[in-house]
Amino acid sequence: MTEIKDSKICVVIGASHSGVNFAFALRREGWEGNIILYDADPLLPYHRPPLSKTYLTSDDDIDKNLLKSAESYEKEGITLKLGIKVSAIKREKKQVVLNDGTQHSYDKLVLATGARPIIPPIPGLMSSNNIFPLRTAADVTNIRTCLAASDNKRVIVIGGGFIGLETAASLKKIGASVTVLEREDRVLARVTAPEMSAFFQNLHAENGVAIFSNKNVIAIDTNTKENVVKCDDGTSYIADIIIVGVGILVNTELAASAGLIIENGIKVDETAKTLDDDIFAIGDCTFHYNPHYRRFVRLESVQNAVDQAKVAAAAMCGKETRYDSIPWFWSNQYDVKLQMVGLSNGYDQLILRREADKEKCFSAWYFRGDRLLAVDAVNNAKAYVYGTKFIKIGNKINKEKLADPAVEFKPIHLLANK
Amino acid sequence: MAKITFITSDNESITLEGSSGSVMALAVENGVKGIDGDCGGVCSCATCHVHVSPEDMKKTGTASEIEADMLELDDNADEFSRLCCQLEIGDHLDGVVLRVAK
Repeated sequence: MTEIKDSKICVVIGASHSGVNFAFALRREGWEGNIILYDADPLLPYHRPPLSKTYLTSDDDIDKNLLKSAESYEKEGITLKLGIKVSAIKREKKQVVLNDGTQHSYDKLVLATGARPIIPPIPGLMSSNNIFPLRTAADVTNIRTCLAASDNKRVIVIGGGFIGLETAASLKKIGASVTVLEREDRVLARVTAPEMSAFFQNLHAENGVAIFSNKNVIAIDTNTKENVVKCDDGTSYIADIIIVGVGILVNTELAASAGLIIENGIKVDETAKTLDDDIFAIGDCTFHYNPHYRRFVRLESVQNAVDQAKVAAAAMCGKETRYDSIPWFWSNQYDVKLQMVGLSNGYDQLILRREADKEKCFSAWYFRGDRLLAVDAVNNAKAYVYGTKFIKIGNKINKEKLADPAVEFKPIHLLANK
Repeated sequence: MAKITFITSDNESITLEGSSGSVMALAVENGVKGIDGDCGGVCSCATCHVHVSPEDMKKTGTASEIEADMLELDDNADEFSRLCCQLEIGDHLDGVVLRVAK
């Protein structure tokens, strides 16, 4: 059991991947004071990636997906205040104000406030039957319960991003008939190349999930039996259940009203510190500098949440540190494992590498000139690993050899001569 | 029930008992230093790398293809390396000694 040796208090707002990892990292870095985490979600903090994947298709209780056990928090002297919303930050008094009006002092404050699903202002959406976002364990429990009780199990997923596509694959697996409506001209438009979008479109078609692009949902009519989802091209789709996966809004309100800089997220420096020396921000809610890509970015990922948390903890304990991770991400849909590394924005050339002897095993390499920016690897951990190393080191790649499936897939064959 | 011993990079030896779940989850649950399991156990992050004692390799078996590929992320990987999220706890693992990778 960790003994609290001094009276200093570190308050963390948000107890998901970044907040929880921060708390444990802070203890590891030598913080001897109190660590108090607040979160509006009443459940013991859990892994979010499985929510749209294995958790949705299982009957498991969320307890199987906990970030840490209840005992771990006790052992490390970390206090969880769950089901509690922080309503304001008073920087001048170094206090947080809770929803019940009580005020609590902090010496250091960490904003790990994350994001919330966008619910688009579509007429009839909120009053339709069985509409769900997918961000929390409670959302998934509700979806599972609703699907089990539904006779026809017709699901319309609005939005063809990762959440929408993973949810579509999972719901199909547990017996729903699923249609995805995407507003752009292709799925995953914001995060990947048209070639990858086409692959995922086909993958879903092969598995019996229809994806329609250029579908702008404009209204939902609901009668006692079902919802009618109407698009601006005159088409309409029947749904017993509607899943909304059209992106997130960053939870910046607390930071904004406390006078911190908001720019596409809470702006932080390379140690995850805001303009206030005693306030840090980590995870999905931050707009931070990435030295590999030499620009500010906002990332929605476990990698960013965890790595930035570790940097903030070290910085708070006075260690020399700098956030310089290369972003990575993964998605599972059907029998496909997608692994992505790097940031592809601004690429001018895409090279597809197919492995001759394997089905559904390929990788997409994003270049800007000679510089490798990112790799998307489909059922191909090797490509993901090589891509990670090449990006980190800044190796020049022989593009002809990379594209040639007859060339053995090994770094020594892929690197350009110096 | 299986007793599993972890040796951390500080040479601390921790023996834990488990009956189900992955070895990574057991280690995270008990705060074994150096095993993070950031991805939650889906072989995506390589933050649960251990070196199996050579004599215990017959109990754990060798890494699967994807696991072996992911292990290449770590320059310290060797023939005894495993990502312990891929080691399912069972009686067969009783007594194994795992050195947490640096």
